[in-house]
Amino acid sequence: MGGQPPKPPGIFVDRKWGPVVLRLEKRPTPSRFWLYATPPVAVILTMIAGGILFAAMGKNPVEVIRTIFWDPMFGEFAFYLRGQLLVKAGPLILIAIGLALGFRAGIWNIGAEGQYIMGAIFGASVGLAVFPTESRWIFPVMIVAGAFGGWLWAMIPAILKTRFNTNEILVSLMLVYVAETILAKASTGFLKNPEGMGFPGSRNFSGYPAAQNAFLYEPLGLHWGGVAALVTGVLAWVLLTRHQAGFQIRLAGQAPRAARFHGVSPARLVVLCMGISGALAGLAGMFEVTGPAGQISIDFNTGYGFTAIIVAFLGRLNPLGIVLAGFLMALTYVGGEMASTNLGLPDAAIQVFQGMLLFFLLGVDVLTNYRFRLAVGAL
Amino acid sequence: MKRRTLLASAAMGLMLASGAFAQGMDKVKACFVYVGPIGDGGWTYQHHQGALAVQEKFGDKVEIQYQENVPEGADAERVLTQMALGGCNIIFTTSFGYMDATNAVAAKFPDVKFEHATGFKREHPNVSTYNARFYEGRAVEGLIAGRMTKSNKIGYIGSFPIPEVIMGINSYYLAAKKVNPDVQLSVVWAFTWFDPAKEADSAKALIDQGVDVIASHTDSTAPLAEAAKTGGKVIGFGQASDMAVPEYMPTPRVTSIIDNWAPYYVERVGALLDGTYEQKDTWAGIGGGEVQIGEITEAIPAEVKAEAEALRDAIGAGTLHPFTGPINKQDGSPWLAEGATAPDGDLLGMGFYVEGITGDIPQ
Repeated sequence: MGGQPPKPPGIFVDRKWGPVVLRLEKRPTPSRFWLYATPPVAVILTMIAGGILFAAMGKNPVEVIRTIFWDPMFGEFAFYLRGQLLVKAGPLILIAIGLALGFRAGIWNIGAEGQYIMGAIFGASVGLAVFPTESRWIFPVMIVAGAFGGWLWAMIPAILKTRFNTNEILVSLMLVYVAETILAKASTGFLKNPEGMGFPGSRNFSGYPAAQNAFLYEPLGLHWGGVAALVTGVLAWVLLTRHQAGFQIRLAGQAPRAARFHGVSPARLVVLCMGISGALAGLAGMFEVTGPAGQISIDFNTGYGFTAIIVAFLGRLNPLGIVLAGFLMALTYVGGEMASTNLGLPDAAIQVFQGMLLFFLLGVDVLTNYRFRLAVGAL
Repeated sequence: MKRRTLLASAAMGLMLASGAFAQGMDKVKACFVYVGPIGDGGWTYQHHQGALAVQEKFGDKVEIQYQENVPEGADAERVLTQMALGGCNIIFTTSFGYMDATNAVAAKFPDVKFEHATGFKREHPNVSTYNARFYEGRAVEGLIAGRMTKSNKIGYIGSFPIPEVIMGINSYYLAAKKVNPDVQLSVVWAFTWFDPAKEADSAKALIDQGVDVIASHTDSTAPLAEAAKTGGKVIGFGQASDMAVPEYMPTPRVTSIIDNWAPYYVERVGALLDGTYEQKDTWAGIGGGEVQIGEITEAIPAEVKAEAEALRDAIGAGTLHPFTGPINKQDGSPWLAEGATAPDGDLLGMGFYVEGITGDIPQ
């Protein structure tokens, strides 16, 4: 090795001009074009790469892509599946918006899954504690309890960070596993259905109207969680673009030093952002457990808290973008299931397909802040 | 008016359709909902083997569809609805957690048959339930454990403290104590059905306590892998599937409990084809072929092997019930009188240890 001359870092060497180097060059300002073009380009690249994957597995790629992206909205069973899109997108949007606020300020809450679980446990506990009382106040109190549960769980990494400068990524992530253990305890112990013959799982909220998050309009899949997601999207957009706190969040993310000169307290921002994202994740869990899921069970959480991280980035950390990204993600789930059942695709292939989406998004995202330059003859 | 006639003709169409049902069908679309991947080597793998057996038996007369990794809860309800809309005639939901979703979707699709594994709710005439008497296999494992232990300490990795698991623990312990009155049982709760890391930790905890025979109620091979590290001092059993892999044979895997769903799936789809299908609750065991005991390896002495096989055959023939009195509960209060056998209801709701087991069931 030692005797060889160092190779130029070029992609190829032109005889006449010498090495031709493809360079990544930082843009003076982020490209607005690529900021908005990245998600659609990533989706198209995912379709192409996914199509190649499906073709390699011996399936008709056009049919698979159509089943995933077209059929849930316009296919034979769209009357049912369209509603399912919001059911699936609602919690993703709600959680992702909270996460995006923190991500913008450089605060990385990775443990939304745990906050989602704790929101569900707090909300469900309040409802089940007063079972079978019928009062119109039960559900609103449960909503508050759910948000509080998520907020409380997010405060642990927040306070540890502000007091002891611990890493919120690690602490919030580890607390997911703690929350899962509490969930197992809840479903086999303190929230177990007394009429469940000893089986794990709480009472089902579908049999308890005062505490149930029923569909407001079933063909659209609209329940209170969906309403909350859409309203939160608008509120967060207003907060970020029109409100002092939103300005501070953006400033802290883009220029931490300037933010400090501007009087932004990093500690307060951590508590604020972690608190909001925790509360929103808790809300999502509460709406899910009392609605679509129906009960606290050992396997209640199905990864919304982690998938929401993808949704937040897919939506460009912009609340309105996240609403769209949430629906897109829901589409890949619902359509992916259809492709899996009807076309016999293994579940792992669908997961790879979803993973590709994030991969291409992050890959293409480079173009927002950098551009390619052909540099000839220069090393 | 017009609407009413439309509804009336729709109703008549339904009646005609269900009339045709009773006379059998030319072709059945049988669908399966799985909680794990078909390659898990345990629970879901065995259900999928059953599905493949149906295909093999009926060939062109059945179409099989399945969905892996379906989370329990809202997602299960959607998958079931999609399957019912997609023309499935019979849907097997193969995990306990699908119970409420199965019944909810069954209410909306009265012409589709639903078969729920290991649950107890049959809220609609088109919902049947099925399960296997795994505790019968536990008795055979218990006998081997009681005979083989040198430390007189045997272990059990529990998944969740539910009746299904508690009856397995009790059956295992009773059979072990019958052949070895000095035996002591340690139970570790893993709070998972499938998590190799947690299962390995549970096995390590048992081995550290001096346990030398480990039974597990979780689905991975991790406990066997831990036992293998002891160089033959600790033995264990294959769980859900045979787990007869060369590196674990002849020890630590000395035998196994195999869930064999094929006979039931073939029977039910066959009944739908020939028009004899009826709602029912099935709980078969060794006798019905749903629970099989895997090959007993040469690590077990011939006389113990013969004893275990005799126990297996007696349970299969129905001449011996693993829960035959006198049996007291853990607190000393009587449960079964001399010669009495456990009623199914007691087993299905079992929330107590039998006398002699130490420790508490987590609440």
